[in-house]
Amino acid sequence: MINHSLKQLGQMLASKQISSVELTQAFLKRITQHNPDINAYIALDETITMAQAQAADARIATGNIAPLTGIPFAQKDIFCAKGWKTTCGSKMLANFTAPYDAHVITQFDAVGAVNLGKTNMDEFAMGSSNETSYFGGVKNPWDFDRVPGGSSGGSAAAVAARLCAAATGTDTGGSIRQPASLCGFTGLKPTYGLVSRYGMIAFASSLDQAGPMAKSAEDCALMMNVMAGFDERDSTSLDRPKEDYARGLANMTGEQPLKGLRIGLPKEYFAEGLDAGVAKVVQDAIAEYKKLGATIVDISLPNTQLSIPVYYVLAPAEASSNLSRYDGVRYGYRTEEYDDLMDMYMKSRAEGFGAEVKRRILIGTYVLSAGYYDAYYLKAQQIRRLIAQDFTEAFKQCDVIMGPTAPSTAFKAGEKADDPVAMYLQDVYTIATNLAGLPGMSIPAGFSNGLPVGLQLMGNYFDEARMLDVAHAYQQVTDWHTRMPAGLE
Amino acid sequence: MQWEVVIGLETHTQLKTNTKIFSGASTTYGAEPNTQACEVSIALPGVLPVLNKQAVECAIKFGLAIEAEIAPRSVFARKNYFYPDLPKGYQISQYELPVVGKGKLTIQVPASKNTEAYEKTINITRAHLEEDAGKSVHGAVEGMSGIDLNRAGTPLLEIVTEPDMRSAAEAVAYAKKLHELVQWIGICDGNMQEGSFRCDVNVSVRPKGSDKLGTRREIKNLNSFKFMQQAIEYETQWQIETLEDGGKIQQATVLFNPDTGETRAMRSKEEANDYRYFPDPDLLPLVIREEDKARVSALLPELPQALQTRFITDYQLSSYDASTLTSSKALADYFVATVNAGADAKQAANWVMGAFSAKLNAEDKLISESPLSAVQLAQLLKRIADNTISNNAAKQVFEALWAGEGEVDAIIEAKGLKQVSDTGAIEAIINEVLAQNQAMVEEFKAGKEKAFNALVGQCMKASKGKANPAQVNDLLKKKLLG
Repeated sequence: MINHSLKQLGQMLASKQISSVELTQAFLKRITQHNPDINAYIALDETITMAQAQAADARIATGNIAPLTGIPFAQKDIFCAKGWKTTCGSKMLANFTAPYDAHVITQFDAVGAVNLGKTNMDEFAMGSSNETSYFGGVKNPWDFDRVPGGSSGGSAAAVAARLCAAATGTDTGGSIRQPASLCGFTGLKPTYGLVSRYGMIAFASSLDQAGPMAKSAEDCALMMNVMAGFDERDSTSLDRPKEDYARGLANMTGEQPLKGLRIGLPKEYFAEGLDAGVAKVVQDAIAEYKKLGATIVDISLPNTQLSIPVYYVLAPAEASSNLSRYDGVRYGYRTEEYDDLMDMYMKSRAEGFGAEVKRRILIGTYVLSAGYYDAYYLKAQQIRRLIAQDFTEAFKQCDVIMGPTAPSTAFKAGEKADDPVAMYLQDVYTIATNLAGLPGMSIPAGFSNGLPVGLQLMGNYFDEARMLDVAHAYQQVTDWHTRMPAGLE
Repeated sequence: MQWEVVIGLETHTQLKTNTKIFSGASTTYGAEPNTQACEVSIALPGVLPVLNKQAVECAIKFGLAIEAEIAPRSVFARKNYFYPDLPKGYQISQYELPVVGKGKLTIQVPASKNTEAYEKTINITRAHLEEDAGKSVHGAVEGMSGIDLNRAGTPLLEIVTEPDMRSAAEAVAYAKKLHELVQWIGICDGNMQEGSFRCDVNVSVRPKGSDKLGTRREIKNLNSFKFMQQAIEYETQWQIETLEDGGKIQQATVLFNPDTGETRAMRSKEEANDYRYFPDPDLLPLVIREEDKARVSALLPELPQALQTRFITDYQLSSYDASTLTSSKALADYFVATVNAGADAKQAANWVMGAFSAKLNAEDKLISESPLSAVQLAQLLKRIADNTISNNAAKQVFEALWAGEGEVDAIIEAKGLKQVSDTGAIEAIINEVLAQNQAMVEEFKAGKEKAFNALVGQCMKASKGKANPAQVNDLLKKKLLG
């Protein structure tokens, strides 16, 4: 059951082969068993969870069933969920219980999905290994000595270890895709503006985007049907007609379902810095795609190497401002003793934020300061436009771009923790799509030394349905996405 | 040395919207602390701003009213600083690209001891939309400071002038004109006590004839015209004395203390924050198209300047009368309503500016609270015009109307104020008066003009004031000369 797809689970629930309560209890049992080792969940509330499962069963009994009704999901702890501790992985919000629901939570609630709990994450989504969480690191289910990636490390481990049917994540520079690669499952970062950011705790507002983390492309499509959609509470939410992201999946059958598809391979994504084992897996996957009928086009994204420096100006700049509200005045952490207002501010923030968050606040404050703004922030914005133009040019020659998701497989906990730049390089292939606002995906494509490797798909704006088709076609002829870590069966 | 003062104003006008600029929380003044603070107002994690279209409409109205350039694309920026009443740690404002660009406002500076009244055009640099902060409440709880976030997120339009004003009188005339305008176009309630209209005044002095600006000090948060006048006068004098004593002016923010009548530096600008402005990524650029402007333009009432011109041409009013009657929309509306109800324009102007305004002032009433409608006033003026009552009798009717004693004709009837215009009746009175005042008649015939007026007076008295004075005049003249 834990390996079933969302579609299968939906059918079982609809036909009453299983109840939501039974399904939810099965996952809660696995969580009780494995979470103490893995640390994927940082907030569990059986009372709320089971009440939702019972409500789902009652709803199913009336016949009013939506595709995800009664299915238990894990929610990244970046989404405010009414009545739930919502910490964003920080000491700053360790005592914060959200009084309202994020749009994403509302959407899952509306279809009668069940919330299993809130998942661990890098503090304020700043990190690529989940090691910056105030609540401790998360184990990679494939190798407990290794990190699951980040920032959505808890959701990633929960999906990989089958501690949920699927999970939500957010991706500012790769936080859905890099963990998907490192933990061996399917993750999608949609076009910026497709999923409302309302109630999603902000890291870098112009880059943050929520998306599904699931076993397969098909699961992701069903979740996108729930998560995407216009929300007037988010001014950057895009007012477009609702679409069915699963609409093309059934066509991905036969010998060459991808005939006519042009896959662009950016030479910059296969250059120095890419692990040989990862490169091999990616090349094999490309070969598989050729068999499915796709043609390969060599392309160039010439400004790729600028995406990390640009990102590490813009994201901290926005973060430094977004995180100003954590001042100890109204909610969240406040220091015990202080002399005056300034002392209260300084101590609360010094004690409430971890090292990586402080580093980024410092960088962000610096690049926005009078005298530096033009040289850093404005310059970075200009280059950001050039990076977006690279993609516009590329998509004149191809329909989808492929490459590695991350430069390596999962690394050991502690290995990069003291080397921020090495850590930042984890996102070298994923950041550009955030800067351009484009959708990106990672799908399991094989293993290198026993560790999962992800293949990244990058599409044009709003091309999620086609990307899901392309991923689904591959998953019809491969079984990488069905593999599960040993010892967790 | 002769000194010249140079003044520029920054005015924060609270916009008359139902809800806050970036959320659906109410903007009603005076509610219990923090009862109008939704999740956006208190800046909970994850909340996002959504721009209030009503606030944008207000900004467009203002831009149109001052003939300004309205930016087709303006940008909201974050102004970052820490303060307990600023929940997000930044204020959403507009920085490089404001919604309203250069415009102008013509002010009337009243006559003073040394100068005649004059007009002057003040250049407005820009006006931009932003959110208000909350309030710190000290002392409500012993030893603690409270924060009330009801006001946090209230929409403001900050209106900035060029340093065009050269006296406290000009600054006050500008502030009054602006105050009148924002109420006229319905974007601000103008309530200065409640902080709906707050002025920061930048003051510097320089040797007369110099074209270089002196170092300015900014007087913050003036919420009355009287204080503004006092503060500028004091500040100007202080700066002149400081310079004459060989001192230097330090750029500073100062506060005016109404009790002492003095200004005092709050903090020097050198220590001022670096606000680290940058475009707010949560908000899209504000796009205003021609059709938006046209739509809002249609909602705009006739502006005071245009109305003033129309009063002069259509009603042959003096420019003074036209200016007075357009000093508020309510007054202008009342005047127009009186004329439209059939009153003579000149007479209506006199009564509206005279007896009517005096009565409102005496009773501290707003025009909307007047017990006397424009239609009633017009009816009264018609009865003067058609000689039913005299001007004097009209004053009695006016008082009775104000006291709510009924309609015009009924009051005239009840009080027996109808004017006598019957020639026969008036001749009878004249004959009687002449018979009883032979001495005066003699004096008149001897060439004493005054005696004529005295005889008219006697006739009026004999008629108990009801005789038509013009007729008395004519008939008496005929009798004596004829």
